[in-house]
Amino acid sequence: MQDFANSFSLAFELLWRFDPALGEIVFLSLRVTFAAVLIACAIGLPIGAALAILRFPGRGLFVVLFNTLMGLPPVVVGLLVYMLLSNAGPLGVLRLLYTPGAMIIAQSVLVTPIIVALTHQVLSDLNAEYADTFRSMVVPWHKAAVTLLWDARYALLTVVLAGFGRAIAEVGAVIIVGGNINHVTRVMTTAIALETSKGDLALALALGLVLLMIALAVNAAVMAVRASARRMAYA
Amino acid sequence: MPDPRVLPFPTSPGEARPAARLPLTIRGLGFVADGTRILDGIDLDLADNRLTVIMGPNGAGKSVLLKLLHGLLAPSAGRILWGGRELDRQTRQRQAMVFQKPVLFRRSVRANLQFAVNLKKSPEATELLSILMDDLHLNDLADRPARLLSGGEQQRLALARALLLAPDILFLDEPCANLDPASVLLIEETLHKARAGGTKVLLVTHDLHQARRLAEDVVFLHRGRLTEHSDADSYFDTPASPEARAYLAGQILL
Repeated sequence: MQDFANSFSLAFELLWRFDPALGEIVFLSLRVTFAAVLIACAIGLPIGAALAILRFPGRGLFVVLFNTLMGLPPVVVGLLVYMLLSNAGPLGVLRLLYTPGAMIIAQSVLVTPIIVALTHQVLSDLNAEYADTFRSMVVPWHKAAVTLLWDARYALLTVVLAGFGRAIAEVGAVIIVGGNINHVTRVMTTAIALETSKGDLALALALGLVLLMIALAVNAAVMAVRASARRMAYA
Repeated sequence: MPDPRVLPFPTSPGEARPAARLPLTIRGLGFVADGTRILDGIDLDLADNRLTVIMGPNGAGKSVLLKLLHGLLAPSAGRILWGGRELDRQTRQRQAMVFQKPVLFRRSVRANLQFAVNLKKSPEATELLSILMDDLHLNDLADRPARLLSGGEQQRLALARALLLAPDILFLDEPCANLDPASVLLIEETLHKARAGGTKVLLVTHDLHQARRLAEDVVFLHRGRLTEHSDADSYFDTPASPEARAYLAGQILL
């Protein structure tokens, strides 16, 4: 119990003086996660919108596939990306293994199905409302997709948040493709795992607190934006 | 100086309004949903751009008829020809519809209207936008979120958005249900201007007073069948079908 209390006080001390090692890890975590979520949104939002609007043979299969991929085990993704990026793999020439780039790729693979599946769900509901109007006004499907994405932007913030949550808290894939190299690929989750195994609970706990605070701040910001949008009947 | 009683609709070069889309010819039109026959054996010819009112008791198939004519539903039987042609994308682009419950985008009033202007891609649409905002008293509401408007304001916005498409054919499905008299008046005045501008208006209404004010010819439906199509005067003064007589007398038709 005393260890626990000591760890907490040490953790707060590290946070208070903003330990440079801690700062470096936090900054890299955010960089990797934001980049991965950005890539996942660039791919996932248009695919989710297209699945919500277009009717084509096999569409249902795609929806089931993306819903299933939401539960992709991170270690499996880590392994697949590792095989792709290792020297013997097809993308080995890019020499990305054990770099933040590899971690971004792995997290993008994990987050994209979440963005696709949830975007499809949100936009299908809105499309059910707009469909007759789109058809009446003879709106081309790509314009309808942009309209749905724009009009559902506040609801989609929650979708992006779900992706962000998955990426920032992910450890299995990034440790495989990043290697948890100090000053290079060490992020909050991999550092927590390492420091815990070494018994340095203070740093692990400090990182855990930062992780929680980031999640709290992002959630609070999104909730505030959505609440103001709801007041304006835009959400 | 433009005539303030007429909506100056922009037209594509060399395109007549609205003769290119008329006559509307309906032959043997039927629609079945979940095994229930909603419309059956409808034959109808509408050759000119008089304002046509479609009347009939609840469940007669009026709204379904509008949706079939506009291509929102596919017929189970029969044919619909616009100017001798099946309903195609080009013809549908010259039509617009105002629904009983307006579906507005989650945007401001101005952004909802701008959506139609952008879709139309015609320089005159901007001029039409300012006329319609004046006519339908939308200027003061321009920056308000569309979904926070009252029912009457929403329906005025929906009508303005539909008219921005400069339609040859305008369908309206009970646009004034539950609206206050001021909104009804604005909508009716705008429909008169659209009619004067060459738009063929097909209006579904239960309101006999509104029908008397607006109708130039009346189509009466009962239990999915067309029982009468006549000039408004003769429909209201000497209805030909017993169903129409009973309806006008306020008797419930079962």
